[in-house]
Amino acid sequence: MDYRFHWNVVFQNMPELLSGAFVTLHVSVLAMLLGIVIAILLAIAKMNNTKFFCHVATVWVEIARNTPALFQIYMAYFGLGALGIHLSPYAAVLSALVFINAGYLAETFRGGFQSIPSTQYSASKSLGMTSFQSYWHIILPQMLRRIYHPMTNQLVWSILMSSLGILVGMSELSGTTQRLQSLSFRTLEFFIVAAVMYYILTKLVLFGSSLLSRRLFRGEI
Amino acid sequence: MISVQNVHKSFGDLEVLKGVSLDVNKGEVLSVIGGSGSGKSTLLYCINAIESINKGTILVDDVNVHAKVTNKDKLRQKLGMVFQQWNSFPHMTVLENAALAPRIVKKMSKEEAIEIARKELEHVGLGDKLDVYPTKMSGGQQQRLAIARALAMKPDYMLLDEVTSALDPELVGEVLDTLRLLAEEGMTMICVTHEMGFARDVSDRVAYFHQGVIAEIGEARQVITDPQNPLTQKFLSKVR
Repeated sequence: MDYRFHWNVVFQNMPELLSGAFVTLHVSVLAMLLGIVIAILLAIAKMNNTKFFCHVATVWVEIARNTPALFQIYMAYFGLGALGIHLSPYAAVLSALVFINAGYLAETFRGGFQSIPSTQYSASKSLGMTSFQSYWHIILPQMLRRIYHPMTNQLVWSILMSSLGILVGMSELSGTTQRLQSLSFRTLEFFIVAAVMYYILTKLVLFGSSLLSRRLFRGEI
Repeated sequence: MISVQNVHKSFGDLEVLKGVSLDVNKGEVLSVIGGSGSGKSTLLYCINAIESINKGTILVDDVNVHAKVTNKDKLRQKLGMVFQQWNSFPHMTVLENAALAPRIVKKMSKEEAIEIARKELEHVGLGDKLDVYPTKMSGGQQQRLAIARALAMKPDYMLLDEVTSALDPELVGEVLDTLRLLAEEGMTMICVTHEMGFARDVSDRVAYFHQGVIAEIGEARQVITDPQNPLTQKFLSKVR
């Protein structure tokens, strides 16, 4: 054990690491937002009686939940590339994360929706509310409370999984770290700092999320 | 007036209502008794158009409830409904529960809706619980909230579906007292109930449902204390 730590080179490169971290956050949040939109459609399709939509959604969810994230990223980057569709590393990682997020969140949304007793709907209808009003004021707010924390977890997962972007040459936090350590040979230092930055990033997300939830949800379920 | 004429209702192969006819006049309290599966709750759901019917007609103030042209959301404003499982909205305070429908359905101003909600909540004895969340309250209190929430819409009729069945015995009294109060004030009510004492003392008439038909209907005290139909006699001897 005569390894000597040299942190200076890491701190000199902090601006680059920070811009890598920004890309990480950027791709994860965008993948989350797009994932949510598609997940809503998938969840509706899965609960729909039209067989075709239901099957498409089921296949999507099954693949997304039961194959490695690495496989999705390779499919988006190399797989589509082989077919003549060339995505940038950023676009490939983004589309893979959107695909997976949508698959996971679709099940979260479906479960959340089905966990609200149908009697809540009857009760709001009995007060003269339209179907839209019943969903908007009664069903969705209760559903949002139940799926809020699973959604936060999914965002944290996206941040961590975006590090796989390193394998297709993306310049997010891991990719940047990889490049800088290979130039400086301070592998351990760079990856320790990168890990700390991931940790801080996810903690910030969790903190922000719990602040927001306190503002949004006053009542209890 | 609510007029039910030869109503049939099936769930799949199971025919739950097999030709039910009855009238409820303004200001009248009708209690509906009967065993489970006799169709008494289904009738309320059909009157409120939460369930469709297969045959027959239901008129509320001469409006055909199940006609395609009828605006059912509008019609339900006249028909307050309270359920066995009170169904309070858990993400809103007691006051918000009662003020929501007046505000978004009747398009009242926020102040107006809150004023009406507050009045109805005081009416059922929940004046000190306005800012509490319903999950913090007892079943009896939540059921009274459900009654106040329905009353805040100023309905002409109240449909009550076994509103005390899911309550702990010591909480039944407070809810029945609230219903007594409503009856004294002249509210028109159809109460599906297992409380024979309540049916006898508070309602004007009692209908006994047996396997989807009305086996006996008549003046409340007579049906409960001196039933004519052997089926009613058998039922009442069991529940007493």
